[in-house]
Amino acid sequence: MTEKKKDEILHDHNRDGIDRRGFLKCMAWAGTGALCVMQGGVLKSYSMSRLSEMTAADMAGELSFAQISDSHMGFNKAANTDVAGTLKAAIDKINALPVAPEFLLHTGDISHLSKPEEFDAVGQILKGASAKDVFYVPGEHDVLNDDGKEYLERFGKGATGAGWYSFEKKGVHFVGLVNVMNLKAGGLGSLGHEQLEWLEKDVKPLKASTPIVVFAHIPLWSVYPEWGWGTDDSAQALGYLKKFGSVTVLNGHIHQTMQKVEGNVTFHTAASTAFPQPAPGAAPSPGPMKVPAEQLRSLLGITDVKLVRGQQALAVVDSSLA
Amino acid sequence: MRRRVCVAVALAAMLAGGSRAGAAGKLPASAQQKPAMTEVKIDNFSFGPATTTVAVGTTVTWVNRDDIPHTVVSTDGVFKSKVMDTDEKFSFTFSKAGTYTYFCSIHPKMTGTVVVQ
Repeated sequence: MTEKKKDEILHDHNRDGIDRRGFLKCMAWAGTGALCVMQGGVLKSYSMSRLSEMTAADMAGELSFAQISDSHMGFNKAANTDVAGTLKAAIDKINALPVAPEFLLHTGDISHLSKPEEFDAVGQILKGASAKDVFYVPGEHDVLNDDGKEYLERFGKGATGAGWYSFEKKGVHFVGLVNVMNLKAGGLGSLGHEQLEWLEKDVKPLKASTPIVVFAHIPLWSVYPEWGWGTDDSAQALGYLKKFGSVTVLNGHIHQTMQKVEGNVTFHTAASTAFPQPAPGAAPSPGPMKVPAEQLRSLLGITDVKLVRGQQALAVVDSSLA
Repeated sequence: MRRRVCVAVALAAMLAGGSRAGAAGKLPASAQQKPAMTEVKIDNFSFGPATTTVAVGTTVTWVNRDDIPHTVVSTDGVFKSKVMDTDEKFSFTFSKAGTYTYFCSIHPKMTGTVVVQ
């Protein structure tokens, strides 16, 4: 994720169109700020530096938003003793984006211990963002007491059940799902019957050409079940989205960027703004990963998402805080 | 005479020792002089030991030594801790024999068992 690659190779991609090897290379560069765009089955990639050469008109799609995740306000152990500082750095990064995002998505673990002052602190810091609207979904750290009462009171207005909801922005349909409630022993994330029924009804009337963005805390694909990095009943949810030509799934929870494409669905996980976690299986447990202080910010980050005019899929770009 | 005293001292020591962690399982409850206690350490997203065997009447204390909060929740609704941050504890006294499975409700892949005999 912190390795830098030469720009020359990117030019080849533009000529090659889609090929599996090129696609995998592109995925590896996502963490350093590469833009991978799928257009009608053809993969094109551009480096972030080329992006700035392109005019705002070229790349300014009709919709632009940013995703942050896992701020864990209240965490103060060795992996990061200043999570407020790194969250502020993430907001600074967002405010410096060439095209200002219209709103933010926070994919959960806003707080570390579901404490009111932790939620307050995040709200305060996010007030400094260029984007004033923030849409949240809870992480397991946000619903520790009273079935998430504190979270719901603050961020659950207009939401159903444990806090799921949908909204439209410029023809794109956004769905916020909650997969951190009523978790069963030995299980993974869980959506539950009530939410799945709601989801089926929510997307049924939409045209297949409507771009869909689903955001939830725990990954909706099986990243690493041994560490709980997956959702037990996500297949059913994805089944309701099969008809759509463009589905983007944005998750958090694993504190590292990862991407997977399956047909019309692009899955993407964001880095945390608080602390990194090890790659699947690379450590005895998925706990906070301590790194040398000078490396920390290169392993934290934000995600910038654009709907580019004429492109079918959304363009997803990760930037570290370094 | 001396031998008898030695035996008496040895027996007293055994009974006193019986109230420490682990040994309590071997003595009948009536022989214990104070409530038995045993500890389960939570670290690296796991309960250690994963299976604990204790006598009826034992108090099990879970201590969180991880740098992430955890909970201890019985799968049958018998006990449920508040959220435990690093160094926080939760205790439960098992007054009935049985097998009690539990898990961390925040990280449900973490599971453990207390066998009460």
